[in-house]
Amino acid sequence: MRHILAILLENEPGALSRIVGLFSQRAFNIESLTVAPTDDGSLSRITIATIGDDKVLEQIVKQVNKLVDVIKISELTDRKHVERELLLVKVAAMNDKSRTEVKRISDIFRGSIVDIGKQIYTIELTGSSDKLNAFIETLSNETEIIESARSGCVGIARGEKALRV
Amino acid sequence: MTTKLFTGAEMVVKALSAMKVKYIFGYPGGSVLDLYDAIFQQDEIEHILVRHEQAATHMADGYTRATGEVGVVLATSGPGATNCVTGIATAYMDSIPMVVLAGQVPTTLIGNDAFQETDIVGCTRPIIKHSFNCRDLAEIPNIIAKAFYIASTGRPGPVVVELPKDLLIPQNKAPFSIETNVKIRSYNPNIKGHPKQIRKAAKTINEAKKLVIYSGGGIVLADASELLTKLVETLKAPITNTLMGLGGISGVHKNFVGMLGMHGSLEANKTMANADVILALGVRFDDRVTNNVEKFCPNATIIHVDIDPTSISKTINAHIPVVGLVDVVMQQLLDELSTINYSPNKEALKEWWQQIHLWRDMRSVSYKQVEGEKIKPQRVVEAMYRITKGEAYVASDVGQHQMFAAQYYPFAKPRQWINSGGAGTMGFGLPAAMGTKLAFPDKHVICITGDGSIQMNIQELSTCKQYNLSVVIITLNNRSLGMVRQWQDMVYDGRHSSSYMESLPNFTKLAEAYGHIGIKIDTLDELDSKLEQAFNIKNKLVFVDVLVDEKEHVYPMHIRQGGIDDMWIAKGVKA
Repeated sequence: MRHILAILLENEPGALSRIVGLFSQRAFNIESLTVAPTDDGSLSRITIATIGDDKVLEQIVKQVNKLVDVIKISELTDRKHVERELLLVKVAAMNDKSRTEVKRISDIFRGSIVDIGKQIYTIELTGSSDKLNAFIETLSNETEIIESARSGCVGIARGEKALRV
Repeated sequence: MTTKLFTGAEMVVKALSAMKVKYIFGYPGGSVLDLYDAIFQQDEIEHILVRHEQAATHMADGYTRATGEVGVVLATSGPGATNCVTGIATAYMDSIPMVVLAGQVPTTLIGNDAFQETDIVGCTRPIIKHSFNCRDLAEIPNIIAKAFYIASTGRPGPVVVELPKDLLIPQNKAPFSIETNVKIRSYNPNIKGHPKQIRKAAKTINEAKKLVIYSGGGIVLADASELLTKLVETLKAPITNTLMGLGGISGVHKNFVGMLGMHGSLEANKTMANADVILALGVRFDDRVTNNVEKFCPNATIIHVDIDPTSISKTINAHIPVVGLVDVVMQQLLDELSTINYSPNKEALKEWWQQIHLWRDMRSVSYKQVEGEKIKPQRVVEAMYRITKGEAYVASDVGQHQMFAAQYYPFAKPRQWINSGGAGTMGFGLPAAMGTKLAFPDKHVICITGDGSIQMNIQELSTCKQYNLSVVIITLNNRSLGMVRQWQDMVYDGRHSSSYMESLPNFTKLAEAYGHIGIKIDTLDELDSKLEQAFNIKNKLVFVDVLVDEKEHVYPMHIRQGGIDDMWIAKGVKA
C-alpha cells in the first residue's frame, strides 16, 4: 500500500541524511522524496511516498518521529488531502502532425508547453502522480519521449488542521 | 570591562566541567592536540589514556553502566574516530548514554580527503542517538550541553560531537556561555504513561490468572530496581529478567525464575509460554528472547511498558502499549492497583506457583563436575560467586563464559552485571571492567572472559598498569571459540571451522610482562584455593587463566525456530 508522509523537521545540516539513512538502514522503501525549507526558514518539510503494510508504516512513523531533528510527522493518505507532482517532459516534435498531436494531448491534460525547439517540445504538467503517469503513457503512444523529470509528490491535508510548530 | 575570551579547546573543557565530568577516556592525535593541551592545564577532569580508542569507548561505557553517569570519550580525527565505531555501536544497542568527542580536520579542509580525515558523523549515523557538527566555536558549550541532555534522557544512547581543529586552536577565541537547562523543541521524550492505558493495564493484571513480569535493561537504566521489587511483591507474581535486566531484581529473590531467552532457564521460558498476561517492563522482545516470533506466547495478553515507542509492537504485537519512563509508569500502576483494590485470584495464583515449582524442580540450569576430570566452566563461576559473596561487579566479554556468568552468578543488585547484550561485542569485558574499577576502586571487579575475547583488547593490560586498575581477570580458557564451537557441534556436524586457537600465548607470562600477576589453574583441586588467593591480592591486577573443559556446551538452549520454551536442556536432550 502506498502512503504519503509529511515530515516537519529542523532545517539543519545533516537532517535530511538522517531521514534517508534511516530508510535505508531499516530497509524501508522510498518511492519519492522531496524537501525544501518552509515559510519559517528554520524548518524544512519533507514529503516521502513509501510503500509498506500497516506494521511497516507504524514503524516508519515511530522511527522518523524518534529522530531528534524531527518535529512532526503526519500520514496524509489516511485523511482527505491534496497531492501534486510536477513533470517536465521533452518530446520529439518533428513534423506538423506530431506537433499538433502533442499540443492536443497537452491541452487535454491541462499541461503547458514551456519550450519549443526545432524538433522538440517541452511540456510542464502538474497533478497527481497517477495523472502524470497517464499523460506520459498517452504521449509515448504518439511520439518519442526524449527526457523527463519529475519532482516527486508533495501534499497537504484538507481543512483547518495544519502541520506547524 | 572586556569580556573574557576562550579558545574552543578551553570551552570544551569548561563545558565538560559544567556537566560534572570526572573522567575522559581517550587517545591524542593531530586534530585534538589543542584540546589535550587544555586538558593538561587543568585538574578538574582526569584523562585516562587507553591503548586503543575502541577500549576508550568500552571503558567509558563500563564506567557508565556501573555508575549511571554519562561516559565521555575523546578521539582524534580519522582512524582515532573510526576506532570508536564498535564501542559506539555497543553503547547504542544497549541504550548507554555516552558523549564521544571526535576531532576533525580544519573546516577549510573538510571534504578534501585531508590527512586523517573521515566523515565520522556519516560513519556513525546509524548507531548514534544524535550527532553534532560544530562549525562555530561560540556554539561549542551549548552543543556539549545538548549532547549530554540528549544522551542521558528518554531512551539513552551515544551522541557524537565532531570538533574541527580550527575551532580549537589558540588563535580563535570567543566568549563562553552555556545554557545548562537544555530545551530542544523537536525533542520531548514521554515521561508519564497515558492514564487510560494504566487503567487498562491494572484491570488486565487484576484479572490475570497466570501473570508473569518480564523485565529488562530499562529497569537498570532507570535505577528502578526497588520499585520493581515492590511491584513484584505486590503482585506476588513470578519475574524473569533479560540478559540486560539481570540484577533488576535480586537473583535470589523467591519470585525470580531466572533469565529467559536463548540460554535462559527452562522455568523462565515455560512461565512465559504459559502465562495469560505478560507485564513487559523496559524490554524490547529481542530475537534472543522470543525465538520464533510466530510461536511466541500465543495465549498471553501483553502489556508493554517502554520509553521508546519504536520498541513497542516492533517484533511482538503489544495489546496494551504504555509509553513512559518505566519507574514513573510502575508507580502509576501501583497507585492504580491500590485504587481498584487489587485482589488477585488466590486459587489461581496458588496453582500457577505450583506449576512453576514443577518446572523449577527440573533444575534446567545445572552441570556435572566429575572429580579428577577437567574443570567445568560453570564450576569456576560458582566459586567466583562464593568467594566474592555475590557482591562483585562482573564485567563480561562475549561467548560461553558470558552465558555461564549470567546463569551461575545471581546478581543481588542492578549495575553489578556489565555486559554487551545487544551488540555482543567481544573485547568489551576488560575495558568495561577497567571503567568499573575506576568508579569503585575498593570493590571486587571481575572481568570474566575467554581465550578468544580477552585477546580482542588485551593491550589494555598496559592501561591497567598505568592507572593501577586492579581488576581480577578470569579467563575460562577452553583453547577454542567456545560459542562458535558449540554451534558447529550442534548445527554443522562438528566441523570446527576456524574456532580453534592453536597459538595461544602464555597468559600468565603475558600478564607478568605487563607488570601484573598471573595465576594458572588447570586442576579442580586447586581451583578454590587459587581463586581465593587471586581475590586476596590487593592493588594488583591478577590474571587468572583457568583451563576448562573445551567440550562443555551452554544449556539450556533454544531449539532454533521453536517457541520460547522449546529447549535443549543437555546434549541431545529436549525439555
